[in-house]
Amino acid sequence: MSFINYASREINCKIVYYGPGLCGKTTNLQHVYQKTAPDAKGKMISLATETERTLFFDFLPLALGEIRGFKTRFHLYTVPGQVFYDASRKLILKGVDGVVFVADSQEERIDANIESLDNLRYNLKEQGYDLDKLPYVIQYNKRDLPGAMTVEELRRDLNPTSVLEFEACATTGEGVFETLKAIAKLILVDLKKGK
Amino acid sequence: MSNPQMVMYDEEFQEINEVIGRLLNDANAKVIFLVDKNGQLISGVGDTERFDTTSLASLTAGNIAATGGLAKLIGEKEFSILFHEGEKDNLHISIVGGRVILVVLFDNRSSLGLVRLRVKKSSDELSAIFDSLLKKAEDRERKGVSDFPFAEITDDDIDNLFN
Repeated sequence: MSFINYASREINCKIVYYGPGLCGKTTNLQHVYQKTAPDAKGKMISLATETERTLFFDFLPLALGEIRGFKTRFHLYTVPGQVFYDASRKLILKGVDGVVFVADSQEERIDANIESLDNLRYNLKEQGYDLDKLPYVIQYNKRDLPGAMTVEELRRDLNPTSVLEFEACATTGEGVFETLKAIAKLILVDLKKGK
Repeated sequence: MSNPQMVMYDEEFQEINEVIGRLLNDANAKVIFLVDKNGQLISGVGDTERFDTTSLASLTAGNIAATGGLAKLIGEKEFSILFHEGEKDNLHISIVGGRVILVVLFDNRSSLGLVRLRVKKSSDELSAIFDSLLKKAEDRERKGVSDFPFAEITDDDIDNLFN
């Protein structure tokens, strides 16, 4: 649910990065943070365990610029990917405007991807959202690893509805901004249509 | 969608700022923030420059969401007031009208009792403003008035954001 403030002439939108544990959600945000001009970003917050696994969420506010005199801000969140943090994941989906599903391309993670995607659909439904009606893109991450499945295989298992999809390597930053740009654009187009 | 879109107009924004400005004085607080339950900052008064308001808003909403989850687990609807006590500064966090979060930061020049008392009074006023705001948005929607300020936005406008 975006927030339009006529008084301060701002539009705020919330993007959530979802996916199985260790798929690279936090790495996506870290890359965006590193490559964004200081005046366009706020502080990145990571609520993580001592071993740097996400405990609650990562948060990165981005101010992209103005459209027709309105400042557009995107708040990027990640969820904790590990299965047992499901209660936390549900909370973070509240008020979401767009979802990026980050899939781990490695063959041994395909079941984890499928489980996480089912979990996303289920948790959204609980909040009254339908994944098929939300701005939503998929990122196939870790394309550089030797055990990566082909995009065709991943598409068959994870993208039956043919939403926009991107290949990425979040550690080097490949595909990270393309993914962000696509989801931001889908959200703005969706807002334009008027919900 | 589970929630209607939140829209803030100049008129209500001023009313809100008046109420929280008064609360700032009455409660002898340092800073007061109003945050949407989704983590968007609505407004702030007092010594706001000293704080990373965006992060504060996001973490407050996360905090409220997490304690709300706890409340449900023990059969409560929500915990409507949270209090965090620090060495110097304290945070009084409360839910207003079921929808927005009021954050009051205060030190030893005030007291928890005073803050609670004043917050209670201001909460009623804020609730009324947010109710009328919601009604206004519903009325506009019924009349088919779009609140999106740039209905004629083009693909180029969006692309330019990323250049």
